[in-house]
Amino acid sequence: MKKQVSLTKEFVKGIWEINPTFKQLLGFCPTLAVTVSAMNGIAMALATTFVLIFSSLIISLIRKLIPGQVRIATYIVIIATFVTIVDLVMKAKFPELSKSLGPFIPLIVVNCVILGRAEAFASKNNPLRSFLDALGNGLGILLVLTVLGGIREILGSRMIFGAPILPDSFEPWIIMILPAGAFLTLGLLLGFSNTLTERKKRLERESLLNKYRPAKAVTEVKEGGAA
Amino acid sequence: MPTTTANPAYKLELTSSPHVHSRWSTKQAMWFVVISLIPSLIASVLFYGFYQILIVLTSVAVCVGTEAGVKYIRKREITVKDGSAVITGILLGMVLPPNFSLVFTAIGAVFAIAIGKEIFGGLGYNTFNPALVGRAFLQAAFPVAMTTWTIPAFSDAVSKATPLSSLKFDGIPAAIQPMFFGNIGGSIGETSALAILIGGIFLLVFGIANWRIPLSMIIGILVFGALIWLINPAKYPDPLYHLFSGGFLFGAFFMATDWVTSPLTGKGMWIFGLGISLIVVVIRVFGGLPEGVMYAILLMNAVVPIINRYTKPKVFGETK
Repeated sequence: MKKQVSLTKEFVKGIWEINPTFKQLLGFCPTLAVTVSAMNGIAMALATTFVLIFSSLIISLIRKLIPGQVRIATYIVIIATFVTIVDLVMKAKFPELSKSLGPFIPLIVVNCVILGRAEAFASKNNPLRSFLDALGNGLGILLVLTVLGGIREILGSRMIFGAPILPDSFEPWIIMILPAGAFLTLGLLLGFSNTLTERKKRLERESLLNKYRPAKAVTEVKEGGAA
Repeated sequence: MPTTTANPAYKLELTSSPHVHSRWSTKQAMWFVVISLIPSLIASVLFYGFYQILIVLTSVAVCVGTEAGVKYIRKREITVKDGSAVITGILLGMVLPPNFSLVFTAIGAVFAIAIGKEIFGGLGYNTFNPALVGRAFLQAAFPVAMTTWTIPAFSDAVSKATPLSSLKFDGIPAAIQPMFFGNIGGSIGETSALAILIGGIFLLVFGIANWRIPLSMIIGILVFGALIWLINPAKYPDPLYHLFSGGFLFGAFFMATDWVTSPLTGKGMWIFGLGISLIVVVIRVFGGLPEGVMYAILLMNAVVPIINRYTKPKVFGETK
């Protein structure tokens, strides 16, 4: 029997430890394509999170009824249902936002974060855990897309959430709102996140070593004895 | 990475292959490159004024500062003295338009060194020519400023366009003679073909740059240019126009010959040079941009590892 992970842990892990963008490296297509502004990033992340939560919940509820051979097709049908809901709601309530996100809302159907969580988690865990996992992963996406969109918006159009933040004397870097800017920024963010992870690992290793290292006095006595 | 033993008398240097013997140390070679760029710099001052020196100096200072800064943050040995950052700085400064903003120059220089070189691990590990990475970034970040040209001093022209952009957008070709001497619109270091040839031949004579790359590029552009020209001489520029306009010669002698980002074998260098010329002609004739030397060199830089793999010389004694 596998050791049960606590519910809090199930929720928190998606934000950083297995962050969909930084650690699983999934769902790059919408991440790169729509993050020209912080608002776009947040809208995209919220739409994805909505689909992620409800599809995970439904898949988890009927996980024992789905035959193994057709599970991917079943997941896609469930995901597509919620994507259609999001797409129609956004078109009706936020036409501006819907227009700026363009085809990337319908494309959430093929976002591999959602299918990945369905296959890796929701199909094996109970609804409560699946819900927490989906929520955590969704927040992870939200974090990355907001930061990425924010950096690109500040440098590429001098604004944040549509409000000017840098003085007029700052010439916007057009490259940041072009695809090249998305790749550059995401690459640098990934490098930064890897650096943080490695530093944490190194510190943990060192503290572990210190824990089991014999006290200095003992070693000296030993050396003295040998001589 | 040289490894030294405790006793300096028994110094053992361990470096990875290829072990190419050269007359000059890296440091000496870098100074030869600096000297070879002086004619072009004089030409640019002559045609566009003293401000151009400021652009080049800013670029050099920021490049050196960025290199030292990155090395310091990464806690590595500060290797500014090898002069590679100085060269990157000069080259970047010289491919910018005359009277370019110093702030933009500094941004480009930081990008060239930090993203173009240091992020890959520093000198010797970079795939792309750092100066061209910096220029490509500036081109995409500030497209308007990067295509604002200055009328040269001894010209009665009213148009600020470069020979290539006037041909592309207005259909008016420029005369070959002013292009050769440099009395045309264009980037700081690219204006005078004559000055570039003087500096370039100096590099070749002292063996700093390999002659195969510039030669194959020049042969390539003449051949490919002639092929296109023969199809419709009225519409397409003649091969000499291709050769002397834009940044082609500067790219051939100073950018493509970069040791780190060019192929290792002679055969590879021919493929590299011909490939650049082909892409340049394709971009100039069929592309939306008037000039494509920068993108051509960067694209071929990306192919260099593959060229190296397939042009590897046979091991002695190997059959077949």
